[in-house]
Amino acid sequence: MTSKLSNAQIAWRAAQDIHDGAYVNLGIGYPEMVARFQPEGRQAIFHTENGILGFGEAPAPGEEDWDLINAGKKAVTLKPGTAFFHHADSFAMVRGGHLDVAILGAYQVAQNGDLANWSTGPKGVPAVGGAMDLVHGAKRVAVITDHVTKDGKPKLLESCTLPLTGVGCVTRIYTSLAVVDVEGGRFVLREKLPALSFDELQSLTGAPLHLQGDVADLIVPEV
Amino acid sequence: MDKRISSLTEAVADIPDGATVMIGGFGGSGAPIELIHALIDRYLETGSPKALTVINNNAGNGHVGIAAMIEQGMVTKMICSFPRSADPRAFTERYLAGEIELELVPQGTLAERIRAGGAGIPAFYTPTSFGTDLAKGKPVAEFEGRSYVQERWLKADVALIKAEVGDHLGNLTYRMAARNFAPLMAMAATRSVAQVSQVVTPGGIDPEAVVTPGIFIDAVVSVPNPAQEEDLNRANAHHPQVPA
Repeated sequence: MTSKLSNAQIAWRAAQDIHDGAYVNLGIGYPEMVARFQPEGRQAIFHTENGILGFGEAPAPGEEDWDLINAGKKAVTLKPGTAFFHHADSFAMVRGGHLDVAILGAYQVAQNGDLANWSTGPKGVPAVGGAMDLVHGAKRVAVITDHVTKDGKPKLLESCTLPLTGVGCVTRIYTSLAVVDVEGGRFVLREKLPALSFDELQSLTGAPLHLQGDVADLIVPEV
Repeated sequence: MDKRISSLTEAVADIPDGATVMIGGFGGSGAPIELIHALIDRYLETGSPKALTVINNNAGNGHVGIAAMIEQGMVTKMICSFPRSADPRAFTERYLAGEIELELVPQGTLAERIRAGGAGIPAFYTPTSFGTDLAKGKPVAEFEGRSYVQERWLKADVALIKAEVGDHLGNLTYRMAARNFAPLMAMAATRSVAQVSQVVTPGGIDPEAVVTPGIFIDAVVSVPNPAQEEDLNRANAHHPQVPA
């Protein structure tokens, strides 16, 4: 396989689409990295499910206040304009259509926008957190993910085989190889790594990639 | 009117076997550790309360708080959204052994079910979980062209919560993100008990700053300098303490 974007580079690409003043929720794990790559001059306001809007970066080690954490239970900091609220208000922001963007990780995404990202099957202890809420309500629900699984199997599929998080909810997918939109029940290719041919990309994708206008080169700096 | 009670022991004295107990906190933030440990101490002394259903976002971490309740065998059912943590062994081992039941609820649905319980709304419709395994068996309806899942209220016999400042009437303020589920749980339980870092006389809290109005609170117990679950876990604390 040709070279691919690192997780940080995928996060960088996703950050370029977040406008100044956007209200944004970043999923636990590497979606959180998106916050680091806000373009100069833009400032998004980050929401975390446990009840903070407009929090700042992680504190220095030893400076943590464990009443000031994000949904991943990592310590964050206050900024001028931070707001606290209880869980019902927090999820009113989520389901009520008040967030501009939610960015989540994925096990699988289907061409109709179905997302599977909470369960790999009946084994072990199931846990869902806020993922099923987040996929409903945000104006844009984007996914950042490797284009294929660790075993090289496609993650972009005709239909998901794992338990669903939400039906028809994803609008854009940032992968390690491409940027793909979900439109009208199909994948539309928007950007791909310049070194990768369309046919190579299609062979790593589990559903047809459609072309609609130009496909831009996906060029991301080393970050 | 004075809702202050003098001890943690008294605060948890009336909780019966089989009770449904809402416990505030998201991870360690807002976890009422002293109230939970008083409940465990009562169980160790008297064998009661047992067979509890506990409602919390998580299912305990390490060997303190809710994890310690589970380790002692006091809990037969957890209702939560995310039964994982840095050290979830107390819950995981019992769950995989079939010794504890789990009702998994999406986090926002959990919050809204508790709010609905406190607000007298028996059921509501939410887009969350539509078309997923967690919506199985639940009524579905369409509104303005979108599908929604019917969810029911959650109520409890007792809520145990942690607040920052409380007055004699039960008006409460919280500390940063520690409020999370507490204002909702305070509404949804028959008896709501708040441990507070500081007790003030009525008038000591600016009315504009009250987060939980006293009508939702039945008892206030003073716990200055409360333990933080995260700090306890980083020190590998156990409750009850493991003999040296």
